[in-house]
Amino acid sequence: MGEFKVHRVRFFNYIPSGIRCVAYNNQSNRLAVSRTDGTVEIYNLSANYFQEKFFPGHESRATEALCWAKGQRLFSAGLNGEIIEYDLQALNIKYAVDAFGGPIWSMAVSPHGSQLLVGCEDGSVKLFQITPDKIQFERNFDRQKSRILSLCWHPSGTHVAAGSIDYISVFDVKSGSAVHKMLVDRQYMGVSKRKCIIWGVAFLSDGTVISVDSAGKVQFWDSATGTLVKNHLIANADVQSIAVSDQEDSFVVGTAEGTVFHFQLVSVTSNSSEKQWVRTKPFQHHTHDVRAVAHSPTALISGGTDTHLVIRPLMEKVEVKNYDAALRKITFPHRRLISCSKKRQLLLFQFTHHLELWRLGSTVATGKNGDTLPLSRNADHLLHLKTKGPENIICSCISPCGSWIAYSTTSRFFLYRLNYEHDNISLQRVSKMPAFLRSALQILFSEDSTKLFVASNQGSLHVIRLLEGSFKHLHTFQPQSGTVESMCLLAVSPDGNWLASSGTSAGVHVYNIKHLKLHCTVPSYNFPVTALAIAPNTNNLVIAHSDQQVFEYSIPDKQYTEWSRTIQKQGFHYLWLQRDTPITHISFHPKRPMHILLHDAYMFCIIDKSLPLPNDKTLLYNPLPPTKESDVIRRRTAHAFKISKIYKPLLFMDLLDERTLVAVERPLDDIIAQLPPPIKKKKFGT
Amino acid sequence: MAALEEGFTLSAVPLGAGPHGLLGVEQSDKADQFLVTDGGRTVILYKVSDQKPLGSWSVKQGQIITCPAVCNFQTGEYIVVHDNKVLRIWSNEDVNLDKVFKATLSAEIYRIHSIQGAEPLVLFKEGAVRGLEALLAEPQQKIETVISDEEVIKWTKIFMVFKHPVLIFITEKHGNYFAYIQKFNSHTLSKYTLVLGQEEKSVIQSFTASVDRKFISLMSLSSDGCIYETLVPIHPSDPEKDQRVVRSLLLKTVVSDDARNGVALTVLDQDHVAVLGPPLPSSKECISIWNTKFQTLQTSKELSQGTSGQLWYYGENLFVLHGKFLMVIPYKCEVSSLAGALGKLKHSQDPGTQTVPHFVNWETSRGHRLGSQNSEQSKRILRRRKTEVNVQNPASKQLLSAIKKDSEKHIEEELCKFLAIKPTPDFNTIIGDIVSELLGRHKAEPSFYPRNSLMQLIQTHVLSHSLCPGLMEAALEKADVQVLQLCLQQFPDIPETVTCACLKIFLSISDGSLQEAEINMESVSDYSDSVQEEKMEEQTEVLHNGFNAEEENCGNCDRELNKKPQDAAEETMSCPVIPKRAALLNAILHSAYSEMFLLPHLKDIPAQHVTLFLQYLYFLYLKCSENATMTLPGLHPPTLNQIMDWICLLLDANFTVVVMIPEAKSLLLSLYKFVKSQICICSELNKIEVSFRELQKLNQEKNNRELYSIEVLEL
Repeated sequence: MGEFKVHRVRFFNYIPSGIRCVAYNNQSNRLAVSRTDGTVEIYNLSANYFQEKFFPGHESRATEALCWAKGQRLFSAGLNGEIIEYDLQALNIKYAVDAFGGPIWSMAVSPHGSQLLVGCEDGSVKLFQITPDKIQFERNFDRQKSRILSLCWHPSGTHVAAGSIDYISVFDVKSGSAVHKMLVDRQYMGVSKRKCIIWGVAFLSDGTVISVDSAGKVQFWDSATGTLVKNHLIANADVQSIAVSDQEDSFVVGTAEGTVFHFQLVSVTSNSSEKQWVRTKPFQHHTHDVRAVAHSPTALISGGTDTHLVIRPLMEKVEVKNYDAALRKITFPHRRLISCSKKRQLLLFQFTHHLELWRLGSTVATGKNGDTLPLSRNADHLLHLKTKGPENIICSCISPCGSWIAYSTTSRFFLYRLNYEHDNISLQRVSKMPAFLRSALQILFSEDSTKLFVASNQGSLHVIRLLEGSFKHLHTFQPQSGTVESMCLLAVSPDGNWLASSGTSAGVHVYNIKHLKLHCTVPSYNFPVTALAIAPNTNNLVIAHSDQQVFEYSIPDKQYTEWSRTIQKQGFHYLWLQRDTPITHISFHPKRPMHILLHDAYMFCIIDKSLPLPNDKTLLYNPLPPTKESDVIRRRTAHAFKISKIYKPLLFMDLLDERTLVAVERPLDDIIAQLPPPIKKKKFGT
Repeated sequence: MAALEEGFTLSAVPLGAGPHGLLGVEQSDKADQFLVTDGGRTVILYKVSDQKPLGSWSVKQGQIITCPAVCNFQTGEYIVVHDNKVLRIWSNEDVNLDKVFKATLSAEIYRIHSIQGAEPLVLFKEGAVRGLEALLAEPQQKIETVISDEEVIKWTKIFMVFKHPVLIFITEKHGNYFAYIQKFNSHTLSKYTLVLGQEEKSVIQSFTASVDRKFISLMSLSSDGCIYETLVPIHPSDPEKDQRVVRSLLLKTVVSDDARNGVALTVLDQDHVAVLGPPLPSSKECISIWNTKFQTLQTSKELSQGTSGQLWYYGENLFVLHGKFLMVIPYKCEVSSLAGALGKLKHSQDPGTQTVPHFVNWETSRGHRLGSQNSEQSKRILRRRKTEVNVQNPASKQLLSAIKKDSEKHIEEELCKFLAIKPTPDFNTIIGDIVSELLGRHKAEPSFYPRNSLMQLIQTHVLSHSLCPGLMEAALEKADVQVLQLCLQQFPDIPETVTCACLKIFLSISDGSLQEAEINMESVSDYSDSVQEEKMEEQTEVLHNGFNAEEENCGNCDRELNKKPQDAAEETMSCPVIPKRAALLNAILHSAYSEMFLLPHLKDIPAQHVTLFLQYLYFLYLKCSENATMTLPGLHPPTLNQIMDWICLLLDANFTVVVMIPEAKSLLLSLYKFVKSQICICSELNKIEVSFRELQKLNQEKNNRELYSIEVLEL
């Protein structure tokens, strides 16, 4: 399939934020994850753990608690003292309510989903009524002495356990008074620590309260008598999180040493009805603090400072040995943070609060496969563009010609014009953005850099013509009547005639830019779209879904192409379907119309549509056959999927020109090196 | 006018799940906080004004609390009995009752009484009473049987009369009731038979009592619904004889006479009683306040959800188990009297809080001793607070007087007696007094030097130099190395001058006088076997810390030194001092000092002694370097750091002198060699460090290069 010069880029200094909370929604099988930078992400566990939505963070909005309420409503609360509800359709914040209790440390939704409790810095526990479109403050519980760090409802909704510093209170919901105050032993291995922080509590239906604390203990309390029943010392450091399964037969705790312990309710003897909690399995998938855990019916979910989201399936609960049974470690966002200007060989990196523009180096040398070529010019860091204000960047894009940069935060849209004079760059902000251009979920420039497409969070798509230093609003495609779903992915055809857009669930819409009207809608598919691209010349739309299916749809013909039908009929190779990261970018070779280039975090693939498709018996990842083999064998073993796993974790890969690729890697070691040092554990001796 | 205020529920948790309702509500050492003992396994501490629980504890499954938890007002700890015989004592900080102090007694307990101003008293089912301290000192002691065979204790209460606890308990046997009064100041137990009067058949259902100066007014609520009063004298005229007391009707039919259970009575003040029970047949249960003086019903409150027939009254609050919840009903009685209305009323003092007469009360002091406050100290660590009365110990008094005139022998005997008594909190001040007394006499008559007594006193571990500054002075004067060694070992605060003076004596005292002294040799191990190891020794000397000092780059001095290595080795390897002196010097090495203050005094030591001490230190150092851990053998030997510090100190102080002495020359040279070798090692290490850093840098550069590259890929 040819030889490429690959610009292997490792200077994208991206550090994912640590995970602060996770909340699992059993109804929709979705997982909400909040990070230390305030970002909230939503993973669809049914759709192959795809990160289908995200809400950008805000500097002042440190999220401390996250929970799902009745139906599909997501709430978060944080140290700025506000309770926030997210609009999962429009992908923005519905409203924020100040609880007036200082920073909020904990939040819990009642078992019936109609009430919301928050625990505040000032020791108050506040009850809110969840109304269909807002939340309404109802009353305060008895004020406690110190901050409420954890809350849990009794499954019947009559009582609430609240973890504070040095004690756990049990509240009667009706009266709001503290029924019990259970003091926690501060002693830690014989040494009296200054304070014992109750990081988490869980309330079981039989009245048992389980607490985890900073002294490394997991304790079981009898809430009827308010006394300690059982004590497990499991760590030398804090135990920071706890989550109980719905059946209350198992729970999971996470420690600051990075260990996750699984506790199960097992029979004392093989055939007795008496059961007791036993620590069954320790898992060490993290290097740092496990700040949050969740318990789905089939898996333990954990996340923490080391930024990985780990989904560990419980083998005894998994029925079929498919890829749900495999351990998942999600480190990188499932969206693109990098855009590329092919003409000027520029890369634009998107960080939380700034953008970086780099120019790739060059070489004049040639070599054979695997060679590292001497550089005639190294890569240059051209620009460091810091955002104004506390909001995180949602999306960014550099135009193919390299002379425009656009990015957006939650409330502002920025467009810059770049001027190149020899080695100097000047940056000029395009002022007076129209009022409708406030917040964008996705930005795309046309191939000739004359048009800008912006997907706003109201479901509308704006088309803007770019002139030298100014712009003109051409058209706005309004969403289909009745839907408010936001568009997250955009693709434009190289000839500039077609624009494809996709939301999180509904199908892909194709617009005709020339006539400014909707051309067609690709039939919707069960799994969300992870990447979109329109091929040059043929105008075939290639769509990748989170279940690893790839479709090719002919826009002019308004139907799936023959090749797409063939591969759907035959099915993808099982190893292809078992990959656990979604395809995040698709591109095409300008001179080879039969080739599709796509990549996920661990592989890069060129699909040659002219070659036969592999079946389950053929080797999917076949290395380069030895050159001495005859052409016959070569041809026989060759199939459509040419996969390279050299570059990983691969965040971005694109074709710069016919013979040049750019690959942006982010080695995990570089991320770990920039994290705070983990708690030292002795490996040898005592 | 007496009134009941609006009650409130104390707990939202159902209590009294057991068949007997609550076991009890007791006061804790803080006002407004009460210990509620549930019938099952739980004790909860409530703060009434906040209506919230402060803590709760429970015994293990299978154990059952048999007696209400009480607070020991002297220590602030809580005491509970489970399974009749097992005492548990804990404090607020404890979390788990399983892990707290436990004592298993030999007899079954009926109740523990705790009252402000006295130690808790334990009443056994057989009628015996013990102080808690005495019981804990010997938990398995035999408990005598006081009451007869089929007698059963029905009710009990404690009072403070003239600052002494008085305990009353009522027993029943075949429908006859007996009252026992136990007084603790005189340890008398008097028994009275309660004569029921005309209502012979009625069963007494509830008791309450109040105390006057001379009488305990015992009120009983009988099954006929009437309240009777019996006056039981506190001080019986003839304690030996079985006496009879008659009861008289106080109030008639306060509760319905068919109320079988759920009736209770408690006395509120002089004229008021609270009665719990249905006032009429088939009516709901009520709590009512009766004025006994005027026989009137003052107020009443219906408790519709039923009660457990238990009533407690503390301070201003009535506690009653209403339904499943503990209810608190505040009770107020505004004093209203004709005299008050006329403005002529003077508040008489409450008999319970009678001020103590100022004359000597023999009963008091006897009571103190028997009450085991001073003499019988329990050694449990759990005791955190001690409310001690500082009473001069008679033994110490006797001893102090003996010191003034008696012979050393006699003083020793007295001292032994005194030390045999368990220590009191002011023990160290008493010891200090004794020592200064002894030294005072020594000063007055120099021939008096009670060495054995002093040594005994030093070994009590409570003395310090600041407590008896004259002691070491006297010992120095007497050149008593044994006492000095003890002092150096025991005292934490010896001034540097004294340390130095000790050192001088230790170095100068003749071997002959040392042989006589009894010196603690535990810091000196047997060095004699070092002769056999001499060959090996030689090698270790050269290979300090694995570095060969003989290498060329170490300079010319080495060669000079190594001219007669054999001689040097032999010279250094035998201990330069006799073991006894070594033990004394080790005591110096162990003592604490500050360099600043010690240096000037070290200058005063004669040169040959400095050399001797240096030789000894060098010997110790060589011994240290024999093994890998760089420690000396033996129990409590000087550490390497102490040895090195003292070498430096001595050299710093006396360098000019030592340099001039020919005997010290070889020693100095070997020390020099040693230092030189150490410097070489350090410089080598530094060199290695630099190369390591270079390696690390190279490694980093390699990584940097990989941040960007252009590679060729063939697919």
